[in-house]
Amino acid sequence: MSLKTEPILEVSHVKKYFPVKSSFLKKTVGNVQAVENVSVDVREGETLGVVGESGCGKSTFGRTVLGLDTLTEGSIKFRGEEIGGLSDRQLKKYKKEMQMIFQDPYASLNPRQRVGEALEEAFIIHTKLSKAERVQRVKDLLKEVGLKEEHAERYPHEFSGGQRQRIGIARAVSLNPSLIVCDEAVSALDVSVQAQIIKLLKELQHSHQLTYLFISHDLGVVRHICDRVLVMYLGATMELAPAEELFANPLHPYTQALLSAIPRPVPGRKKERIKLQGDLPNPANYPSGCPFHTRCPLAHERCRVEVPEWREVQPDHFVACHEV
Amino acid sequence: MASSESIAEERISTKPKHQKKEKVFVKTIKRLLKNKLAVFGLIVIFIQFILAAFAPWFASYDPVQQDLINAELGVGAEGHWLGTDNYGRDVWSRLVFGARISLLVGIASVSLGLIGGIALGLLSGYYRKLDGVIMRLVDLLFAFPGILLAMLIIAMLGTSLVNVVIAISIWSIPTCARIVRGSVLSVKKQEYILAMRSIGASNTRILIKHILPNCMAPIIVFATMRMATAILSTAALSFLGLGAQPPTPEWGAMIATGQDFMFTSPHLTVIPGIAIMLVVFAFNVVGDGLRDALDPNMELEN
Repeated sequence: MSLKTEPILEVSHVKKYFPVKSSFLKKTVGNVQAVENVSVDVREGETLGVVGESGCGKSTFGRTVLGLDTLTEGSIKFRGEEIGGLSDRQLKKYKKEMQMIFQDPYASLNPRQRVGEALEEAFIIHTKLSKAERVQRVKDLLKEVGLKEEHAERYPHEFSGGQRQRIGIARAVSLNPSLIVCDEAVSALDVSVQAQIIKLLKELQHSHQLTYLFISHDLGVVRHICDRVLVMYLGATMELAPAEELFANPLHPYTQALLSAIPRPVPGRKKERIKLQGDLPNPANYPSGCPFHTRCPLAHERCRVEVPEWREVQPDHFVACHEV
Repeated sequence: MASSESIAEERISTKPKHQKKEKVFVKTIKRLLKNKLAVFGLIVIFIQFILAAFAPWFASYDPVQQDLINAELGVGAEGHWLGTDNYGRDVWSRLVFGARISLLVGIASVSLGLIGGIALGLLSGYYRKLDGVIMRLVDLLFAFPGILLAMLIIAMLGTSLVNVVIAISIWSIPTCARIVRGSVLSVKKQEYILAMRSIGASNTRILIKHILPNCMAPIIVFATMRMATAILSTAALSFLGLGAQPPTPEWGAMIATGQDFMFTSPHLTVIPGIAIMLVVFAFNVVGDGLRDALDPNMELEN
């Protein structure tokens, strides 16, 4: 796939802190640093994978980008326009351009609403289409995601997980957005259904010129679908590189550990698995210096004190580590 | 690639359409009808509705028409099968018109209470900033014992059935607000609410179209149970002379007048007493049945 180089989304120094409040006077006593200083450009037409273990702030990052969580600090630019810190009302016109596909297909559809009504809502909110036009658009959408017209009359509980995820995808593409955040969009599905949904996502990317921010913990899926991959740990960015490059030549010790955890079905190609010591630190008690230093096999004094710079070590290959 | 899934779902789509439309509703009714007590309650409520709606046809006399010659006739007297009271008014006719009053007062006060309670509950559950203020207000209302609060309101507004409705509805607001707030808190964390926000839906749309329909089950149960309490409270307030004024044929007021003739004509207190008891019991068992029928966990038993 040819990549246009201009960024559709420029994220710079984004921080998202959740305040921890004391129970009585509601004074802020600390912060959960969910997203810590993330800077990344998402290019038009690409699929940018965001990987990391559970609780590393991937999903919060995705929601913050869409304005579903308020930004604590930093700037988010969509096609050059600042959207960070806008109110819901101001964000409305950008919502058409940026959509989200959710992780749990069972929880992301209103159980009391028919599928057709659910899909129609986006048109009611954003367009002035008549009822008949809306119904027609819903039918087209359903066909586009591999469902049938008459499915519009049904309730979500009458569908399987994969079908529900198709409905979620239909809802996300209904307004012809340019950017879709897929928050673990295939993680809750069976492997066979996963493949179908990924294929559908790829087809839609072609037909609608979509850019995906693909959040996942499944490295296999990420390798298969993504053009570039961003590795996050404890809310901070560790490494960013084109997918092939990252999987072939991981530079950051965390990325190396993460990749070594992928089970390899190839006999004889036994690779030493890097086992990390200790647990993920509590993001409410954020480590000083490099966030990874508490578990890093290469950590030394400097890592404990100084936050490593996010720099481009090779063309298009960014990493935040003192050792590289 | 979609074919394997859609083939698997083919058999579902062969079902008739209308059957699916009201599936949740029909399922709830079916479960409710399995509960024998609830069926009994439904029958009692149905009879009350019929009596109330067609009171002039069922009543054999004008409920306030005095006939002193035939005063204090016992049960089974000729022309007055439930007897007459101390002014010779037909007890059956008064009972039938009383059904109308208690039902009207119950429905009116519960609806008013629901409107207030749902509005407050939705606001305090959804907007965190309003939560503290509204819930403290609700705590304030909770601090009064119900019947005392009602008496206080009636003391301020004056004694009449309309004021009884207002008093009972105000008293219903805090409980309803708490119930709704609780459901809103759990529903608003659902992913589909986040999905609606990401599509750009306004808060009003999310509250009315997405949160409220998913909070309906506890509200329906509450409304049914509250009907029983409202009817009972109306009778209690009228008995105390704060509600319906004579000669209005209200059940509580009927007991109040009948109590002077407890030993000579016990039917004057016993009959409206039984009516109140039956209706309150009916609404309570139906509410209980609804709670079970609407509970999604009950599905496991079937």
